[in-house]
Amino acid sequence: MFNGGVKLVDFKELSKEKHIEDFPLPEKAAIPLSQHTGLPAKPVVKKGDAVLKGQVIGEPAGFISSFIHSSVSGTVAGIENVPLPGGKSSPAVVIQNDGQDTAVEMEKRNWLSLQPKEIVSLVREAGIVGMGGAAFPTFVKLTVPEGKKADCVILNGCECEPFLTADYRVLKEQCGGVIEGLQIICRALSIQKAYIGLENNKKDIAAMVKNAARNLHDSIKIRIKVLPERYPQGSEKHLIKSVAGKEVPSGGLPVDIGCVVFNVQTALAVRDAVCCGLPLIERVLTVTGLVPESRNLKVRIGTPISRILDYCGAEMKPGRRIVIGGPMMGVNLHSADAPVIKSTTGILILPQEEMPEEIRPCIRCGRCIEACPMRLVPAELSRRAENKDWEGCVRFDVADCIECGCCSYVCPAKRPMVELFKWAKAEMRRL
Amino acid sequence: MAEIKWAPHIHDSETTSRIMWSVIISLLPALAGSVWFFGPAVLKIVLVCIVSCVISEILSQRVFGKTIKVYDGSAVVTGMLLAFVLPPATPLWMAAVGGFLAIFLAKELFGGLGHNIFNPALTARAILTASFPLEMTQFTAPFSYRIDAVSTATPLGIIKESLDTQLPSLFDMLIGNRSGCIGETCTLLLLLGGIFLLLRRIITWHIPVSYVLTVAFLSALTEQAPLFQIMAGGLILGAFFMATDYATSPLTGRGKLIFGAGCGIITFLIRLKGSYPEGVAYSILIMNMFVPFIDKYTLPKKFGLSHSRDFSRLRRFSPKNPGGVNK
Repeated sequence: MFNGGVKLVDFKELSKEKHIEDFPLPEKAAIPLSQHTGLPAKPVVKKGDAVLKGQVIGEPAGFISSFIHSSVSGTVAGIENVPLPGGKSSPAVVIQNDGQDTAVEMEKRNWLSLQPKEIVSLVREAGIVGMGGAAFPTFVKLTVPEGKKADCVILNGCECEPFLTADYRVLKEQCGGVIEGLQIICRALSIQKAYIGLENNKKDIAAMVKNAARNLHDSIKIRIKVLPERYPQGSEKHLIKSVAGKEVPSGGLPVDIGCVVFNVQTALAVRDAVCCGLPLIERVLTVTGLVPESRNLKVRIGTPISRILDYCGAEMKPGRRIVIGGPMMGVNLHSADAPVIKSTTGILILPQEEMPEEIRPCIRCGRCIEACPMRLVPAELSRRAENKDWEGCVRFDVADCIECGCCSYVCPAKRPMVELFKWAKAEMRRL
Repeated sequence: MAEIKWAPHIHDSETTSRIMWSVIISLLPALAGSVWFFGPAVLKIVLVCIVSCVISEILSQRVFGKTIKVYDGSAVVTGMLLAFVLPPATPLWMAAVGGFLAIFLAKELFGGLGHNIFNPALTARAILTASFPLEMTQFTAPFSYRIDAVSTATPLGIIKESLDTQLPSLFDMLIGNRSGCIGETCTLLLLLGGIFLLLRRIITWHIPVSYVLTVAFLSALTEQAPLFQIMAGGLILGAFFMATDYATSPLTGRGKLIFGAGCGIITFLIRLKGSYPEGVAYSILIMNMFVPFIDKYTLPKKFGLSHSRDFSRLRRFSPKNPGGVNK
């Protein structure tokens, strides 16, 4: 178990028992070419082209980049700049849906007969990126750098952010698929040992997952770890610490200590891509908070968020706001025209909280130090960032901050810690 | 008030002013005890201290061109704590001067809330003691307000001066039936407030426990009665309410243990060897100076550096490497 972190009220009961529903197809899908970490994809279609569901519309522009596929069938209405849920904008291929949902030909395969290299290239061609929020291209994680050795795969089923239940529902409803995906990932990395990390509030499915992972027609051993409910249990570094007892070196990658972590939905997407030839064109997300009924929806990539809000009957009154992602690390939605992208884990409608206008002084209570899972000193760090002492920020390891928000959450002075640290990091990059 | 623009979008309900008002509530039982033993006149002193602190804070924030933040309640806490360390017969003008010294000199001149290095109430007390030694060492006997004011020595004073006055019993010291500063005498009621602060998670156990245990241990070692040493002076008030002041104590649990032990050692040395009968105020002020130093060596090791011996932090703080880039 890791040090620090905070205990949060999880509000998961709002949507925990809601079955995954297929969200109706959008009339128009705006599929951004930059929805992953790395370079934006290059468009390979132009206005007026007819496209099918699952057809490649963007190709990777470099090593760390991703394929982009059409999520509907129809005609390309143009390549336009659209706002992203995170506040930036990106060129997007806008497709007018013809309502036919005609798919490209998809090849069914038996993964047991595939070589690791073949799996990696199938994952790459399916445009799979980390679906827990970071959107890092998955095939890169499946390619272990030379001189390093991965010996442990961890499936991240923690979903430690309050409110979100999409991963929980996927694991519950498609347990077999997720486990098969995990096996395929193990095969791609030539690893025999895998763990599934679940937070204690999901222990009701632990037995089911354990059962599904027992009788495998392969030599891969999968173990279930039920971990205490403590945010940020689902942070990659902290999940590894809890499951494998090792700490990722400062400035290093999980693979440095032999671990690779994947999200539940990423594993399912790998299974769908490898076994069914289905690229990543839809995902499950949770819509919850101040809505008449919370839901878990399977949504095509490119569906406008405004449509989902309408569908769920979310009334936008003053004093309410929309957060994309979880309440601890999510972003305020600036434009409801933004489409759902591969990393959209949830849409929350929250009441507006009041925050002080100016930065209030730190009273040195030390709560943030106790809460910091990276064992940093947010109190000292935030004072330095406030005074624009960037060297001081470097000295107090701002680079190690994972922006989990624990310090801001506990701060009685309601200091905008994470905001200050993001600012300091941006300044560091400039220097 | 502004809207939330950045993550996290939810926050804990604890706020600075809730903490301050909780501290004020935790001091009320001891204040009530003090009124019982020393008469309603102590309320006047408390009131004057609070008003003086609040006015001084508003004025200094005006003068320094800052936004007025007096609503956070910290000036009220300082005022109450200052009154608690003044003798029951302190002239009101002196209490008012103390309030000004505490807020203007010890707090706002250093940058305001969270930036002061010395405990404001204790700084004011130290200056008042140096400036008005007579008034600051005149202690009235309990219940003397009902007859004529009788001044008497504090229990520690009796020991120090080897007076042949009867020492109060341990029970009297527990309930507060002894002479002393306004807020330091009612051990039981102070403990009640201290436990409230612990349960409210406003303070942690580290400083009170290490402070009190150090004094008790050293007393036992030199054949003094540990319980007498704990209850005779301002130790309980100091250990629970003064030494635990956030701004002037270390940030981590380990640092707090060292800080408390240091306070205990200095308190004990002053009581045993110094010419003052009591050393709580000075010991805390002296240890306040060590806080940055203690912090420097007790801050946690960051995640991902889990080697058993890690000298990188020392290197990062070395004066030869002011840029501190950890390479």
